[in-house]
Amino acid sequence: KENFDSIPDLEFNPIRGKIVHAFFDKRNLRQESDGLVDEINFEDFLTIMSYFRPIEMNMDEEQLDRFRKEKLKFLFHMYDSDHDGKITLQEYRNVVEELLSGNPHLEKESARSIADGAMLEAASICVGQMGPDQVYEGITFDDFLKMWQGIDIETKMHVRFLNMETIAHCY
Amino acid sequence: SVSNIVPESCLLIVVGLLVGGLIKGVGEKPPILNSDVFFLFLLPPIILDAGYFLPLRQFTENLGTILIFAVVGTLWNAFFLGGLMYAVCQLGGPGLNHIGLLANLLFGSIISAVDPVAVLAVFEEIHINELLHILVFGESLLNDAVTVVLYHLFEEFATFEQVTIIDIILGFLSFFVVSLGGVFVGVIYGLIAAFTSRFTSHIRVIEPLFVFLYSYMAYLSAELFHLSGIMALIASGVVMRPYVEANISHKSHTTIKYFLKMWSSVSETLIFIFLGVSTVAGHHYWNWTFVISTLLFCLIARVLGVLVLTWFINKFRIVKLTPKDQFIIAYGGLRGAIAFSLCYLLDYKHFGMRDMFLTAIITVIFFTVFVQGMTIRPLVDLLAVKKKQETKRSINEEIHTQFLDHLLTGIEDICGHYGHHHWKDKLNRFNKKYVKKCLIAGERSKEPQLIAFYHKMEMKQAIELVESGGIGKIPSAVSTVSIQNINPKTLPVERILPALSKDKEEEIRKILRNNLQKTRQRLRSYNRHTLVADPYEEAWNQMLLRRQKARQLEQKMNNYLTVPAHKLDSPTMSRARIGSDPLAYEPKADSENLPIITIDPASPQSPESVDLMNEEPKGCGGLPPSPEEDEEGLVMRVKEPSSPGTDDVFTPGTGDSPSNQRMLRCLSDPGPRPEPEEGEPFIPKGQ
Repeated sequence: KENFDSIPDLEFNPIRGKIVHAFFDKRNLRQESDGLVDEINFEDFLTIMSYFRPIEMNMDEEQLDRFRKEKLKFLFHMYDSDHDGKITLQEYRNVVEELLSGNPHLEKESARSIADGAMLEAASICVGQMGPDQVYEGITFDDFLKMWQGIDIETKMHVRFLNMETIAHCY
Repeated sequence: SVSNIVPESCLLIVVGLLVGGLIKGVGEKPPILNSDVFFLFLLPPIILDAGYFLPLRQFTENLGTILIFAVVGTLWNAFFLGGLMYAVCQLGGPGLNHIGLLANLLFGSIISAVDPVAVLAVFEEIHINELLHILVFGESLLNDAVTVVLYHLFEEFATFEQVTIIDIILGFLSFFVVSLGGVFVGVIYGLIAAFTSRFTSHIRVIEPLFVFLYSYMAYLSAELFHLSGIMALIASGVVMRPYVEANISHKSHTTIKYFLKMWSSVSETLIFIFLGVSTVAGHHYWNWTFVISTLLFCLIARVLGVLVLTWFINKFRIVKLTPKDQFIIAYGGLRGAIAFSLCYLLDYKHFGMRDMFLTAIITVIFFTVFVQGMTIRPLVDLLAVKKKQETKRSINEEIHTQFLDHLLTGIEDICGHYGHHHWKDKLNRFNKKYVKKCLIAGERSKEPQLIAFYHKMEMKQAIELVESGGIGKIPSAVSTVSIQNINPKTLPVERILPALSKDKEEEIRKILRNNLQKTRQRLRSYNRHTLVADPYEEAWNQMLLRRQKARQLEQKMNNYLTVPAHKLDSPTMSRARIGSDPLAYEPKADSENLPIITIDPASPQSPESVDLMNEEPKGCGGLPPSPEEDEEGLVMRVKEPSSPGTDDVFTPGTGDSPSNQRMLRCLSDPGPRPEPEEGEPFIPKGQ
């Protein structure tokens, strides 16, 4: 993992922890178990990279849907750090805090209130009417899908690999 | 109904025709669209409106495609059309033989440009998906540079005896000068405008003026040097917008928006009406061959151009353009008033056949606007082209988009691949580090985008809430989800305070709102110079500060387990003491939807602070000055901090301005149905 940390450009990235983590996440590597692996080889690396494949013209609806789900699952795993299948409020707060960590002037409160607001929104989209006693556990994967319905993830989450040799360099 | 079938632009042209006919019928000479008036007064508002509100994200994502369509596409159209028309003229018999190649090329260049006004007018109504909209619209905006260059080039060449290769090369170079020069001029003016807006905190009233003024100056300066005025206008709007919006007050922002929309609306209407009138008024020279072949070749050129270019572009695009998209792009190539005005500017000396050109151009314009404009909507439905999704920007979306951006940048960095995201990220960082510091006033320069967005949203909600204050219902609460649902307290034993039931909350809120509105509406004076800062904004800032301090205090309080000794011990005060007892409160004040005592309307989704708590007396010494606090006038300063151990709400404020006292009286009066239960924080003032 240390190799990843030593990449200089990643220094500025506020969510570098999560990105590096995602590479080692067993769920992303399509292994059955949970947790993290210690090292990855080139094949695993490519497995992760394949999540960022651009869509092709000749895909039909089903393939497109599957593609979309895969990409969203990758994202979901990044949010859900304790691997329990739900994004809880604490995890979400964590995400927002990391996103805003690039800015030293920030107070924790703002990050928290943003996360709270976002969670409220998510809850209202997903569940709608809730009595004051019900508790919303967290964002499950289905809710996550619902939230992303408006945004075409398949068109956005891709990296252009015009030149495949560059990948070999960093390994 | 008629308006569903016929787009507005068509109706306007028809109105123009009728008016022109009327004037002619009376015997007067109807006015023709004066090119000066058009280019100086009618066109800029529309372009500025488009540029200022340009959806920058989609624009930059598709910039390559747009540029190729604009530049290569227009060039292709111009030369193809010009060449073919020349051929037609040569074969066309005695009436057309004398028209030279240059004249035809000029004609081609005038008529080949897709017109932003027409495109806007038609595409606005069909609500097509954003990608196509930005492609066609972006193309129509950017091809102005090409049109300007070609137009002036051929106009110049017509006066030359002979055209040499050097001239052609110079012409080619002048294209870069014109377009980049226009952008450069726009950027300079945009930066100046942004910089000016940094200092306008004392003269809020004329803030919108700067936006308009600087943009118009950019346009004029560019046009002065025969650079592309449209590109200058767009560049200045795009550059100045993020900084100006961070600096100016909310009201100025609304003003700018509505003025721009108003002016562009008026201009558009006038342009189309004038087109109609000019048709009736102008001298026409109808030549069947010329006109029909122009029309035909225009369409063919457009379709061919789009097909070939898309094939080329799709090699580099990740999200390919489907044939359906291509059809819409080709079909959306509307011509409009710019072509007409440009032709009108030609002088008779060199271009004797101007009238014929004019007729042909008008025919093409009519055809594209009427036929294509009217049929595009049913075609869009028929082909099931994706429409625009009317989703409100949600916080979630913003968070996710930012997250995705960082993720993709990270992945690119890992690959060592300097792609799209890498450069965007670099630009953002540069922006944040240097530019924002210069151009944005004070505190706001350090605000990350997510926060700014969140604030904007909350403000919007808060204003919504107040505006519907009399109804007593939370307008945006489609769901009854509240903070409690998400973050239930795990230690109920600490809750001595029962949560207010929703009805009581509502009552309290309604009372607050009603009372607050009354005080707010009584402005002291309406003198321009004392026109105050937006009370919402100030209130907002104050509320935020209060919240922060309340939290800080709360954290401190949580460390103390003893109740601070109170001086007074009357029954009301003892109740107040319980009310201010730190143990009685939940450690996390923000998870409770308690009503705010401060002046700001309660936003249902943001955690509200419990401002019943003591405020730190000396530590803050008054609120840190927010930018708007310099202004006099009705300032809602609710409480002054007093000594610890007393609860601010229940003691008369030390700041004794009448509004302050009035405020406290309002707040402390719970209304007709109070049931002060044990521990209810809202206790009437001991009178």
